Amino acid sequence: MASSWARTALRVFIGSSNNRHAGKVEAPAGWAYAFVVMSPILPFPEVAHQHAVFADGLMLDCGVPLAPLTVAYRTYGRLNAARSNAVLVCHALTGDQYLAETHPLTGKGGWWANLVGPGLAVDPDRFFVICANVLGGCMGSTGPAEKRADGTPWGTDFPTITIRDMVRAQKLLVDSFGIERLLAVIGGSMGGMQVLEWAATFPEAVFAAAPIACASHHSAQNIAFHEVGRAAIHSDPDYCSGRYWEQGRIPAQGLGVARMVAHITYLSEEALTRKFGRKLRGANAVTFLEDVFEVQSYLRYQGSSFVRRFDANSYLTITRAMDYFDLSAEHGSLAQAFAKTPTRFFVASFSSDWLFPTSESRALVRAMNAAAARVSFVEIKSDKGHDAFLLDEPEFHAALGGFVAGAAKALGV
Amino acid sequence: MADSTIQYVAKNMRVDLRLIAEMITPGARVLDIGCGDGALLEYLTLAKGADARGIEIDMAEATRAVAAGLAVIHGDADNDLAFYPDGAFDFVILSRTLQAVEKPREVLRQMLRIGQHAIVSFPNFGHWAVRWQLAWTGRMPMTNTWNRGWYETPNIHPCTIRDFFELCERDGFVVEEWLAADDEGLKSPWRRSAQLANLFGEQALFKLRRK
Repeated sequence: MASSWARTALRVFIGSSNNRHAGKVEAPAGWAYAFVVMSPILPFPEVAHQHAVFADGLMLDCGVPLAPLTVAYRTYGRLNAARSNAVLVCHALTGDQYLAETHPLTGKGGWWANLVGPGLAVDPDRFFVICANVLGGCMGSTGPAEKRADGTPWGTDFPTITIRDMVRAQKLLVDSFGIERLLAVIGGSMGGMQVLEWAATFPEAVFAAAPIACASHHSAQNIAFHEVGRAAIHSDPDYCSGRYWEQGRIPAQGLGVARMVAHITYLSEEALTRKFGRKLRGANAVTFLEDVFEVQSYLRYQGSSFVRRFDANSYLTITRAMDYFDLSAEHGSLAQAFAKTPTRFFVASFSSDWLFPTSESRALVRAMNAAAARVSFVEIKSDKGHDAFLLDEPEFHAALGGFVAGAAKALGV
Repeated sequence: MADSTIQYVAKNMRVDLRLIAEMITPGARVLDIGCGDGALLEYLTLAKGADARGIEIDMAEATRAVAAGLAVIHGDADNDLAFYPDGAFDFVILSRTLQAVEKPREVLRQMLRIGQHAIVSFPNFGHWAVRWQLAWTGRMPMTNTWNRGWYETPNIHPCTIRDFFELCERDGFVVEEWLAADDEGLKSPWRRSAQLANLFGEQALFKLRRK
């Protein structure tokens, strides 16, 4: 078994006969090669994540009670005496609670370390910043990879969850800190969906909300791209009908392909062209060998680094939750979702984001205007695509920082 | 074109800021269309305790305003007013922008739908220097106020003070206050006579309400 494993992994992650040129691109294919030859690709070793357990758990939107419920989280800064300086950050599909620090598994820096940190737009010296792993995630919160009472992982038995379920789980955590009202809830992409859901479900608990690069619902195109990813996972023989852990396997190929497809949707055509163009990996001309273009190698690396930290069933669960999300269907209309809201909003989109285009953000803003909500909106000029919300975009950081500072000033924080 | 529109508005906004601010009652809900970097919004918030919001077409200006903590959206008068509910504001301000919008009549109608009062300022195309230049040289006028060539001006709907009175009459808007001002934003003495104001006023400022 192990040898077929290694072969599969070798094909997926190296996939090339000319890997002697691998040093020329950012993908450390040489490293991956050594790793694969020695052992099959396995998940990162488990580590203990800071967490809270809620014995009563949650009643999910699908009607299934989920108890007990574990919420893994990280916090930065200190909660003030009035408990009025809390900022909740919601992570995106493949993000986690390690927002502003080195990740304990991957060793990489925090995913929003350019936004959250001393002297930055969201400063932990001033705010108490909370970030929780979403319900259904795989960094310590209750999800398909976590074990049930009987000691076996949930796997495909994990119930269907919604974005609102994720938000309710976060609300339990926020309540456990004794925080009645969050100064701000911030998030991009799926994190932005959670922000919208927070404002719609718990308006009195959200003073300021910043949904970034998101939409009130997933479009048919969004769902279609997710479905390609899910199909890739399902068709991987190592998926074993979702019980891959029993065989000591992970559906690395399927999950890797899912990540590759998703990653294409996160980048703009300009960003891909600038990064790679049609550059060849050390070859002088196109040959019929695989993995000739640098962009291919890059995508393979994206897939390969991802499969070690992310659980396939978790990916299926969370992408479905995103697909189900439709705020206007939940409330009758989008404006109704924000009717009489006391929350102030900051909406931002990025000009080259085609996954969650500006038109979606503008529809949100118009619904908020229809509800006479206090809303700020900017479309940031960027050629980096959807990913721009995670990258160094000084205008975006200045605008978001100004919004949070304005909210803090209004509350006297 | 969008960029130049805004530089024009922002550059001139401060000079008539005081006149507009005088018309706003304390604590009012205000929407400033074409708010630039939000100078008026900030003033109204601080000095009048207003709940002031803005719409700005130029992205860089809008971003600056948002970064200053102001409630400003990137948008424009022609496309975004329709989404606000009736009577959402006490005052809706359109400062030196009317002549640059696509549908001035519809914009005014929307302003008085979503606001109790509309405050509108615009450069007066009936000013004597404009008339003189057109009459004498036979060319499109170039003045301090009308300073862009016909082929690149964002000011696609110029009007005179008398024209504006006529539109208000036609569409049933009540002129609560009006005045003509020079380019520095100082009140001119011709406010009792629309005819004289139309000849000597470089800027016009109107406060309107629905009938």
